[in-house]
Amino acid sequence: MAPVSSTQGALTRWRIEHASQLNDLRRGIYRFTRNWLSVIGLLIVVVLVIIAITAPGWVPYPDDIAGAVDPANRMKPPSAEHVFGTDDYGRDVFSRTMWATRTSLVVGIIILVVAISIGVVLGALAGYFGGWVNQVIMRATDIMLTFPGIFLALAISAVLGRGIEIAMLALSITWWPGYCRLVEAQMLKIREEDFVAGAKAVGASNLRIIFRHILPNLLTGIIVKASMDFGFAVLAIASLSFIGVGVQPPDPDWGSMISQGRRFIPSGWWYSTFPGLFMFVTVLGFNLLGDGLRDLLDPNATVR
Amino acid sequence: METLPNSGEGFLKATLRPVSVFRFDQLSIIHNAMLRYIGRRLLLIPVVLIGLSILTFVISRVVPGDPVKLAAGTQARPEQIERLRADFGLDRPLVEQYLMYMGGLLQGNWGYSISNRREVGPDLVRYFMATLELTIVSTLLGMAIGIPLAIISARWRDRLPDHLARFFSIGTASVPVFWIAIILQIILAQNLRLLPVSGRFDARAEFPEIITGMLLFDTLLRGNFEGFGIALRYIIIPAMCQSLLVISVVTRQLRGDMLDMMSKDFVRVARANGIPERMIWLRYLMKNALIATVSMLGFIIGFQLGGAPLIEYVLDWPGIGQYALKAALLLDFQPIMGSTLFIGCVVVGVNLVTDLLYRSIDPRIGFR
Repeated sequence: MAPVSSTQGALTRWRIEHASQLNDLRRGIYRFTRNWLSVIGLLIVVVLVIIAITAPGWVPYPDDIAGAVDPANRMKPPSAEHVFGTDDYGRDVFSRTMWATRTSLVVGIIILVVAISIGVVLGALAGYFGGWVNQVIMRATDIMLTFPGIFLALAISAVLGRGIEIAMLALSITWWPGYCRLVEAQMLKIREEDFVAGAKAVGASNLRIIFRHILPNLLTGIIVKASMDFGFAVLAIASLSFIGVGVQPPDPDWGSMISQGRRFIPSGWWYSTFPGLFMFVTVLGFNLLGDGLRDLLDPNATVR
Repeated sequence: METLPNSGEGFLKATLRPVSVFRFDQLSIIHNAMLRYIGRRLLLIPVVLIGLSILTFVISRVVPGDPVKLAAGTQARPEQIERLRADFGLDRPLVEQYLMYMGGLLQGNWGYSISNRREVGPDLVRYFMATLELTIVSTLLGMAIGIPLAIISARWRDRLPDHLARFFSIGTASVPVFWIAIILQIILAQNLRLLPVSGRFDARAEFPEIITGMLLFDTLLRGNFEGFGIALRYIIIPAMCQSLLVISVVTRQLRGDMLDMMSKDFVRVARANGIPERMIWLRYLMKNALIATVSMLGFIIGFQLGGAPLIEYVLDWPGIGQYALKAALLLDFQPIMGSTLFIGCVVVGVNLVTDLLYRSIDPRIGFR
């Protein structure tokens, strides 16, 4: 361990050097906490992340995740042992609902990361170079925006088979045009700025200008959009699982549980209701958080 | 003699100008820049649609399953299958198939469904009208809820009503529609028995005469109030699910626009001049903010007209989304192509109209 005095010295120096950033941060936290909607959103998201990470440690019936069958407990209504009731194989709906958080969050992150990578690179190229590069990329974007994502997913899964990887691929492919448009529009504006001309004058390469000088300026917008999109990505995965091309049973997923529960309505109402309710709270949490972040980070959206 | 531009003589000259040369671009509403803009946009539409058709064609033709075998059934002899394949032209090379399909399309022939042998074109129109009906009802419902919410939100900004209204609008955007459809079915249809579970019209009642294909309008036009009541009962649950999207977008957008307006100078001046608060809200804020909301509504409508496959699937509403979803599940090639292109045309068309409206209403944006 380092001597106490020197750490303190380094810390103080760091504090002084970064005083303005720290101030911004403090002001940001203050403004964020004043809007209790975003605070609720943050709380929900934190709880969800904790559930996703620790679920294997505490779910009451871990065997039910892999598809254990317990015919004696078939379609039991909610009770003390089974808070959300049991499904048609006698599995605990609560355990499976909690476990599904893991897949949903991870898949949501992967979809957005892939979509953002594709969208940002294409959008940056289109916006920076303009001309025919712009035309080709943006027309391709238009086509992708017109093409309904759910059918692309169905078609891809018909070719490559059903499964969560296929659903992820399909959703990433349908999600990038939004980011491409965002980055392209901003790029068109920023490339005319003086600092870009300056970078060109000192001989920076195009790639360096795009990635070192311009893209960092667009980061806020991308983060805001991503935080608003995450909830919808979770919804989209569940939608695909609902029509049978996403997560495959017996792996737990909210969408496929809702779809299977439909067969037992109205007597077995709990089977569809609870996974859907939990999913609703999840998406709500991310949307509330995203909304709060947008108010905080996007200066155009706030009217103060 | 020197003539000043604003002098009487100048004016006289201007009015005596030969009127036989009608300059279309001098009309203030439709001007040159706008025409050029429309022209450019119209030129791009075929590019997008051809790209879309190639994409759909490639995807739906590389599918490994054999739609012909699927449609012919298990009892079919090999030569029957081959005949069917030849009938649909599916034994030709892919490029030829594509050109044949597009050639037929240009003559207004949308092809046939391989699974039920029905013509695709009339089916598309029939299913689309159901989607259009649902879109109209859900948009009206969404606006009826969304606009008051936005006004409440902006009026009591950052206070409890605002927080509740924002919570509600973010909530409507977060609900999984296919789940809420099931929940509404359980509560409203199965427990309370207020509304039918699914479908578009009572099978036991006499089906109304089709005029536009939108049952609510058709029954009204014929004075068939009983039929109107039945159609209305069937559309309520789908419209409720569909309107969630409209509510969330309208509330957020209108609230933001009104807050934007409130900080504008002309509103401050109006306040300073002592114009009553109610007048400021009605005449200054609402009017201006509604312009932006109306144009945004165009995009919502375009999006809805693409069909809501999940709602239509769960609630068995015979709309274009359900048609496309069924075609995709059956690998039914020509209906897949047809519905994708049809939806593509509708979306592109609605977006163009919205864009033009928006740019005409708001002169600051212009036609670059």
